[in-house]
Amino acid sequence: MFHASRRTLASIAVCCTLVAAACGSSSKSSSSSSSTASAATAGAKLTGSLNVFAAASLTAAFTDYKKTLEAQNPGLSITNDFAGSQALVTQIENGAPADVFASADMKNMQKLVDKGLVGTPQIFAKNKLEIAVAPGNPKHITSLADLEQSGIVFVLEDPSVPAGNYARQAFQKAGLPAPKPASNELDVKSAIAKIESGDADATIVYVTDVTAAGSKVEGVAIPENQNVIATYPIAVVKATKNPAAAQGYVDGLVNGPGRQALEARGFLPPS
Amino acid sequence: MATRTAPAARRTRPTTDRVPGVVIAGATCAVLFFAIPLLGLVWRAPWSAAWDVLSTPEARTALRLSIQTSLSATAIALVLGVPLAWVQARVAYPGRRVVRALVLLPMVLPPVVGGVALLLALGRHGLVGQYLDHVGVHLPFHFGGAVLAETFVAMPFLVLTVEAAFRSTDRRFEDAARTLGASRLSVFRRVTLPMIRPSLVAGALLCWARALGEFGATITFAGNAPGKTQTLPLFVYVTLEGANSDAAIILSLVLVAVSLAVLVALRDRWLTAL
Repeated sequence: MFHASRRTLASIAVCCTLVAAACGSSSKSSSSSSSTASAATAGAKLTGSLNVFAAASLTAAFTDYKKTLEAQNPGLSITNDFAGSQALVTQIENGAPADVFASADMKNMQKLVDKGLVGTPQIFAKNKLEIAVAPGNPKHITSLADLEQSGIVFVLEDPSVPAGNYARQAFQKAGLPAPKPASNELDVKSAIAKIESGDADATIVYVTDVTAAGSKVEGVAIPENQNVIATYPIAVVKATKNPAAAQGYVDGLVNGPGRQALEARGFLPPS
Repeated sequence: MATRTAPAARRTRPTTDRVPGVVIAGATCAVLFFAIPLLGLVWRAPWSAAWDVLSTPEARTALRLSIQTSLSATAIALVLGVPLAWVQARVAYPGRRVVRALVLLPMVLPPVVGGVALLLALGRHGLVGQYLDHVGVHLPFHFGGAVLAETFVAMPFLVLTVEAAFRSTDRRFEDAARTLGASRLSVFRRVTLPMIRPSLVAGALLCWARALGEFGATITFAGNAPGKTQTLPLFVYVTLEGANSDAAIILSLVLVAVSLAVLVALRDRWLTAL
């Protein structure tokens, strides 16, 4: 038998506090900078740290934008978290410490708007779909209809992923039956990785993903009348501890260095 | 505390000294750390929707597929793992320690890395996979790929458990059988295997539970194909991100229940004999 002394109870309390602190450490890091950033106004330097949650298809453009913005604002530190928009929505719903959220579709952004978790979204870019195949197009794929032929291993993103949803819309617009892909990948990056590794013959991603993959994949255009235009909205997460820098990030994306980074990576302008 | 046997009593005799407060505090935190996530699941569980979730075709498919793949993985692990365990326990050969490390590796390796390795080896353009492809064996995005991913990650649990059992059996029974004229294979089948049966069952159960829970290697190597490679853990992950987090929570609880059932089945081994 042990005797729980007052010291024991105190130790338990301390220990539990430590556990709680460890669990919350990621959110603490962004709060440390809140006071300094709150004074920032338009034109002033952005400071503090920012967690940017962004759709996987934005990886290259947002990485470029981060470098530019950090160079312009020496006191600013940006951490990018790229994943399927649907995954990021789940994380933000469960309290992930995001300051800014950029989605590859309105549907996922709307989930957070409906729950009052983000401010008013602004559309900052558009994108088009393209078929991605191995270099040299060894299977001679020229259209959406070719993807479902036998002997073609064709993967798609899960319907919950914006790109997967758009791609299924494209099949519909082309008058084709709903596709039955070999695998439902969880974001565009893993879909295109299957082409790069050679385990799949074709997938559908954004034009910008094909560009970003360089010589490892080749794009096959989807005609305008079958294509689906992806709309990218961005919003400040209401729980942010650094609202000034978060808004500055959004402004720079809509009308500033971010706009150039997006265009350089092949994104279409918002209107 | 009632003790069943004298040796057990000697080993697990509760200390009568005062336990330092800081030790109790650490232990309490550790218990909370394990308990709170389970409470979180139970707390958020939409109990009223449970049956609806479990009766959707998607969930049924994932459940059925999980049972099929994990049982197949366990069967492969038994067929290949028992001979390996026997060799490791009984045969002294150069390189035995290297093989032992090789067997242990999947237990400590991040499963995603295992999946990447499998892809590079058995994928369509992989080291071995390119030849498999020629003869019409396709693993990524197919049932067989999910089974192999699970086998890779789970078989070490069986091999280690059974190997330990082979080491600790009394060789005299086997020697006696041999002197009475039984063939080597007959001795293995009728003397050795029956002697290690409890460990065989425990190893197979552990292996099966690990296979059932496999996620990282499966999604990396076999992809996420409903009805073919989308096992229960993948389904939980995908539905948690999609519209239906209720389904994810209910199916997580199903997996918790299965895991608890495995613990209960192994209770004599783990829950009392410590």
